[in-house]
Amino acid sequence: MFVVSIVIFVAVNLLPGDFAEAILGQGATPESVAKIRQDLGLDQPMVVRYFDWLVGMLTFDLGTSFAQLNFANFGGAGSVTVAEQIAPRLSNTMFLATVTACIAVPLAVTLGILAALYRNTAFDKAANMFTLSSISSPEFFMAYILILFLAVLNPIFPSLSNIFEGMPFSERLEKSMLPALTLTLVVTAHMMRMTRAAIINLLASPYIEMARLKGLSPMRVIVKHALPNALAPIINVIALNLAYLITGVVVVEVVFVYPGIGQLFVDSVKIRDIPVVQACCLIFAAAYILLNLTADILSIVSNPRLRHPK
Amino acid sequence: MSGLMFFAIVLIGLLIGAYVFRLGGQAVTGNAPKFRDMSFGEAFGFVFGAALLVWALYYYFQPKVLDTGVPNAGVVFFRWAVQGFIIAAIAAFVFRFLGRMVGTEGTKKLFRSMPLTAAFGILVIIIYAVVAVFAGVIAPYGQAEILGAANVMAGGDPALGGNPDYPLGTDQIGRDILSRLIFGAQNTVGIAFITTCLAFFIGGSLGFLAATLQGWLDQLLSRGVDVLMAIPSLIFALLLMTIASVWANELGIPLTIFMVLIIAVIDSTRVYRLARAVGLNIVVMDYIEAAKLRGEGLGYLVFKEILPNAMAPLLAEFGLRFCFVFLTIAALSFLGVGIQPPLADWGTMVRDLAPFINFAAFAPTAAVTPLLAAGAIALLTVAVNFVVDWMLHKSSGLKE
Repeated sequence: MFVVSIVIFVAVNLLPGDFAEAILGQGATPESVAKIRQDLGLDQPMVVRYFDWLVGMLTFDLGTSFAQLNFANFGGAGSVTVAEQIAPRLSNTMFLATVTACIAVPLAVTLGILAALYRNTAFDKAANMFTLSSISSPEFFMAYILILFLAVLNPIFPSLSNIFEGMPFSERLEKSMLPALTLTLVVTAHMMRMTRAAIINLLASPYIEMARLKGLSPMRVIVKHALPNALAPIINVIALNLAYLITGVVVVEVVFVYPGIGQLFVDSVKIRDIPVVQACCLIFAAAYILLNLTADILSIVSNPRLRHPK
Repeated sequence: MSGLMFFAIVLIGLLIGAYVFRLGGQAVTGNAPKFRDMSFGEAFGFVFGAALLVWALYYYFQPKVLDTGVPNAGVVFFRWAVQGFIIAAIAAFVFRFLGRMVGTEGTKKLFRSMPLTAAFGILVIIIYAVVAVFAGVIAPYGQAEILGAANVMAGGDPALGGNPDYPLGTDQIGRDILSRLIFGAQNTVGIAFITTCLAFFIGGSLGFLAATLQGWLDQLLSRGVDVLMAIPSLIFALLLMTIASVWANELGIPLTIFMVLIIAVIDSTRVYRLARAVGLNIVVMDYIEAAKLRGEGLGYLVFKEILPNAMAPLLAEFGLRFCFVFLTIAALSFLGVGIQPPLADWGTMVRDLAPFINFAAFAPTAAVTPLLAAGAIALLTVAVNFVVDWMLHKSSGLKE
């Protein structure tokens, strides 16, 4: 985590050209450039700036967005800190990810179990083909197909999800339905295939044979005997996909103009707003690492053999 | 609310239908084992499938144009989808049939064991390769050539704002979309291919090196790769691309070269992981020991001993990696930092043409143009995935 923060910082600081010059434009005098650099602390060596940033990060002080500062200098209404800028966006993205996860995880696990139950039937083959196609198409293809069918041809959901604060929950849900569905399609496929594979892998085990010989129904064999043992790989895949949700969200947010952190990231990358870019990158990386860690812990918890080491 | 009611009624109807179907089956066949032992879920599956088929047939033969003169876009799209699916299936079948008839004994055998999906995948890959290589010959116009008319509708029907000269219409500044699609194959697929090769070269050689030498080099490389992998790849690529775009301006080197390098490096971390894992299993083999005792050099060990034995997993990974690289490039272009404008590229085309999709209800042909570019991307990745799936299935010998 620490090393990742260094990598991000160094990478961002490799951005040539300097924000001070960018603010002042063509007619910048050397004195004014120096002045702004001093204000922003850009005149200090890189190592000093890095530790300033890191300490700030740990105290949730993400610094001031350069762009906002610029705005304030030219008579705007006070500068906004990066934290203030990111917080609502982050909560929007989290909302989207939560909605998606609520739809995708139960759906994927159920479908995976059904596919394992009715393996090698028409249902399994159709599901296999469908999921393979939806894994391998780019997100924006899915997004536009959904817009075409659910927003343009049959106006069920709005195709632009402009969410603002103070919106009632139901409306918010409706507006973020299309991006959530797009992400669901992308994520469900992978989870479902892994669930199916994990369960089928176990079907050759002796205890499954035993359960079958006891005369249990196939559904019961799979849910009661195979599923608990397949839990660890399934949890792993779910966590991986949730991590993907947080990052894959960038493209989807751009398609639907959803005011989430992904869009903020793309926008600030374009205007070279260093503090915001750094903060976004770090948030993404942190989410990614945390989810992977959670997956490891959960898969240990779900397995009694690992829970009680000899 | 009525939609929910409708859904509930259909569901109840299907459940009853399933029950009746099973009961009827038992009565008609004199309690044959198939019906006697049929679970309710299975019966429901049969009835549901049949209902879906009936509905699809009914919907397929709906009139194309409503009474009011507005085209019934849903039906039009549905017909295209069904026709496309049937044509693809027939093409794959014919291709497989031809493969079984001509060629050497080895290829005939290969084709005989091939599922239809894999045949389809191979066919699509061959078509893409041909189009990509001969783009300049096939395309009617140049990729950056600005023709007279802008915003010509697709379909070539003058009554609907089309033009027979441009079968798929032209874009906002009057470039022929068909030509750009064809050149897009060359640019997008070509660049993705080069990038994947580069990623495999970097990741593969470093991975094998780490596996062979081990010690501090292995530690250093592996920890470095861990750090790089901790940052989500698309985010990292976006970040680096932004930096590179400024450099590219200053140094006058095309941005595309930077993109190839950046994505290759990011993806090579994944290749490195695989190559190292496979390599570690191989270096403990006796023949490596023998080669070491013979006094062979490092290059010989890596390229003559380890590489041939690691070929199979690496090839499968190559297909998957190609898909990822291809999708990453498309996503970057879509976000506006990938392949740059004068070159035709599918990702950029989708973004530029996306507004057309809102006209779908009035003019189905107009809405199709952005989907064509996106569909071209999807089709290739699906095809590659089908083939890789089949290869893995074949090599692992999985039967279940």
